[in-house]
Amino acid sequence: MIKLLFFARIKERLGKSEMTIDFVENQSLQTLTQELIKKHGDEWQILLEPDTVFSCNQRVVDRDHIVADGDEVAYFPPVTGG
Amino acid sequence: MSNHKSALQYTNADIHINVQSEGFDLSDEMLQLQNCFDKQDQEIGAISSFTGQVRSTEEDQSVVDKSGKLLALSIEHYPGMTEKSLLETCQLANKRWPFKACRVLHRVGYLTVGQPIVLVLVAASHREQAMKACEFIIDHLKTAAPFWKKAIFENTAHWVEAKPSDQLAIKRWQE
Repeated sequence: MIKLLFFARIKERLGKSEMTIDFVENQSLQTLTQELIKKHGDEWQILLEPDTVFSCNQRVVDRDHIVADGDEVAYFPPVTGG
Repeated sequence: MSNHKSALQYTNADIHINVQSEGFDLSDEMLQLQNCFDKQDQEIGAISSFTGQVRSTEEDQSVVDKSGKLLALSIEHYPGMTEKSLLETCQLANKRWPFKACRVLHRVGYLTVGQPIVLVLVAASHREQAMKACEFIIDHLKTAAPFWKKAIFENTAHWVEAKPSDQLAIKRWQE
C-alpha cells in the first residue's frame, strides 16, 4: 500500500487529506499521479500543476522518483511559513 | 509537537524545535535557551533572536479593496516532516556558523493580527555566528519547512502564495 497525503489548497480542492492506494511495482510518482487523475477526474489535475511539490517519506523528491511499498507520498503547494 | 535535542554528529550544539498552537513568551524562551547550556560555560558571548508576527498590512491595495481587512492567518503544516525540516535547517546553520544552542518555535492554527508566529533564538560564542545563524534559519525555513498560511479577510479567505523575494533571500546564502 502507498499512503497519500494532501495539504493546503490541494487538500481543499480534492476534499480529502489522505487516502491509500495499492502499490504497483516500478512506478514513478509521475505515473502514479497520472493514474490517480485518470481514475478520479480533472479536478485531480492540481496534483500535476507545475508548482506542486512532491515528497516521499517526508523528503522532497522529483517526479521520476520510484515509489516503494509502504511509502508515504505527499502533494503540497510551495511552502509559506515563517 | 516534538522536541529534538543534540542529535547532531558534527557538533554538540543543543537544538530545540517545537511546532505548537499556543503562544510563547520571549523571556521564558530566553531562559530555556540559557538552561540548555551549562551555567559554567563562559563561551556564550551572544544571543540573537528573531520573532515573526502576523502583519495587518496587505502590500497589494487591490486585495484590501476586494477582500477587506486581514483578520488572521490560519497556518497548516505537515506533522513529522516539518520538525525534520526545521532540524535540518538548524543543522545547516550550525555547520556554517557553529553555535552552542538554538530554539525554533513555529505556531500553527488560527493566529490573529499582531500575534507571534515564529521565534528563532541562537546562542553562540560570538555575535557573527549568532546573528548569521539566526538570519539563515529564518530565511531557510521560509522556503523549506512545510507550513502553509491561509489569509482570513473580512470578506473572503485565500491561501498565501510563495513570494519570489523569499527565494531570493535564501539564494544569497548560496553565494
